[in-house]
Amino acid sequence: MEHIIVIGMNHETASVELRERLGADADNPRKALAWMRNLEVIREGFFLSTCNRVEALVVADQIDAARGSVVSLMARLGGIDPGDLMPCLYVFEQMNAVRHIFKVASSLDSMVVGEPQILGQIKEAYGLATREKTSGVILNRLMHRAFHVAKRVRSETGICGSAVSISYAAVELARKIFHLLEGKKVLLLGAGEMAELAARHLLSHGISSLMVANRTFERAVEVAGRFQGRPVSFDEIGSILTHVDIVITSTASPGYVITRNEVKQCLRKRRNRPLFFIDIAVPRDVEPQVNDLGNVYLYDIDDLKGVVALNLAQRKEEAVKACRIVEEEVGKFEKWLKTLSVVPTIVSLREKAESIIQAECAKSQSALEPLSPAQHRAVETLIRSIVDKVLNDPIVFLKERSGRPTVNTYLDLTKRLFQLNGMESQASGKVEHGGD
Amino acid sequence: MTSPWFSLALGLYLLAAGGFTVFIIRQQPWVFRCSYWILVAAFVFHTVFLGYGYCQLGTAPVLDLRSALSFFAWCLAGVYLVVQVRFKLRVLGSFVAPLAAFLMIISSAVPIAANTAKPLFKSFWLTIHVGTVFTGDALLAIAFLAGLMYLIQEGQIKKKRLGSMYSRLPSLATLDSINYHAIVYGFPLLTVGMITGSIYAQVALGRYWQWDPKEVWSLISWLFYAALLHQRLAVGWQGRKAAVLSIVCFGVLLFTFVGVSLLMGGYHSFSSMGAR
Repeated sequence: MEHIIVIGMNHETASVELRERLGADADNPRKALAWMRNLEVIREGFFLSTCNRVEALVVADQIDAARGSVVSLMARLGGIDPGDLMPCLYVFEQMNAVRHIFKVASSLDSMVVGEPQILGQIKEAYGLATREKTSGVILNRLMHRAFHVAKRVRSETGICGSAVSISYAAVELARKIFHLLEGKKVLLLGAGEMAELAARHLLSHGISSLMVANRTFERAVEVAGRFQGRPVSFDEIGSILTHVDIVITSTASPGYVITRNEVKQCLRKRRNRPLFFIDIAVPRDVEPQVNDLGNVYLYDIDDLKGVVALNLAQRKEEAVKACRIVEEEVGKFEKWLKTLSVVPTIVSLREKAESIIQAECAKSQSALEPLSPAQHRAVETLIRSIVDKVLNDPIVFLKERSGRPTVNTYLDLTKRLFQLNGMESQASGKVEHGGD
Repeated sequence: MTSPWFSLALGLYLLAAGGFTVFIIRQQPWVFRCSYWILVAAFVFHTVFLGYGYCQLGTAPVLDLRSALSFFAWCLAGVYLVVQVRFKLRVLGSFVAPLAAFLMIISSAVPIAANTAKPLFKSFWLTIHVGTVFTGDALLAIAFLAGLMYLIQEGQIKKKRLGSMYSRLPSLATLDSINYHAIVYGFPLLTVGMITGSIYAQVALGRYWQWDPKEVWSLISWLFYAALLHQRLAVGWQGRKAAVLSIVCFGVLLFTFVGVSLLMGGYHSFSSMGAR
């Protein structure tokens, strides 16, 4: 009987220092897999190391032995005392482990729920496991199911839907106002990491021109150079406001840089085209009353934070839906795992043969009608003995290997050869290719 | 007796309205596709019903309130289907389909009037008059709906309370552009409808204009829309103000369409049309 075990740490259980020590060396996952391959107790192994989590997934016969060796492996990898490591680790077994992996893959366990990078990282780690030949039938199946779950969660829930960073929330708002950002003009007032990030997002959405203004013109030239924008002087702002569509402000000025009157004056010249202010500065750069003007929208940093908080709350709601999908898939996986022992396979093999006999007999019924009851019996005995002889060798073969580590491969192969569970076996066929 | 084509169309409109309502809540594309094709089917059956009515009556079947409402629902559905092809704005269906279904329900509740037409109504001009006016009205109804959606969306963005409609409604620019285009196309149709109406009046009654309440109110709504178009094109109104005005204009238009017919009499009123 195999056990699936996950041992790992994430952003909640372990400090960043500890995670760093394990994740510092980019070659660590390969090393870990190489060690796992050499360990007698571990049949299949997978090692994931990202900046927020370090996880080992193993398939083993004895839980305790496997757990002990994985912990000591991690300790060795990070040069940490196993005693210090233990409190930071979580251990999941069997279906809990499956559930955990599904959740991780669909980004339900991430620091920012719904972030898309983790799936790519898992795929990479799995690729490494297949190259290092530590993956087997169970792991292959498990990982492909995990990818499938992640895909389902992404398409069936809104978990990746809305922006959860301030700069991205600003871009999303801009798109709700202008629809397409192509051809729109942006003015970047001041500089700063967040403002520049927002500008970069806007640029990637196809805005046509970016102007940069700063108290010191040299600084404006420098920032403009980074974005292929046009530096403008601070005094021109009044006239520039009539041309631009989006204004990002982030100056260190203590008072308002843009006042309601200034904006109001340019509105007529703008022919009421919408104007969107993104005020990232603290203290604020744009007078709040600007928002009361028609077709002018002002979002300051707190408003944007509010949007982000709302989106995060929405993602949490969606996460409930996602958990339901995960449960469903865990159930399916459990079912598959149970078929992965010798007896059920033999039973279903016999059942399949029996159903073929029944179907074929039914087909030939009219041709066999003239036969006497004794002849009928003889024909039936003949059919059954042929089928039994054909099936005998595969069954003996499977029984002989039931105690060996390679049994799963043969079981899987048998299922595929005889198409023992329809769709199931096709799916595992795909798994096997992925593992090769 | 209610025509089976009418009942079929009514049933499909209701189904489409339900589907579009589910769509705006669940946001699943396949729900939209189903609802859209149900609406297309409803429109087709409705067209058959109206075509049959036209052949039987010898003129456009719009002479009683029941038929007029159903004809308006048909125009609305038709215009939406065209707008959908042009703008690909799926959420609009969630507003149009219930409105069309609502019109059909009211229409089916109104008792059937005699299905013969006075020779006076068997005129080519009547069909042109009613066809253009109703298509124009349908476009202006779309403008009204887009204006309504604009105000909902704008309110959410301005007040910084991004509720559940925020992600479901399209961008302000899209809604404004639909409002604008619907008026730009709807207004000329309304104008043509009024001109052909007066030509028809000249042909049938011998006078272009006779201060019938419907005529007066049509002129008032026409002036309202003319003002809206002027503000948009010449003054450069857009967004909230234009949306509000298009809603006000539609209120006047609605009064002209339903209120005047029911309350004020005149030769446009349906009771006078049924009388022999």
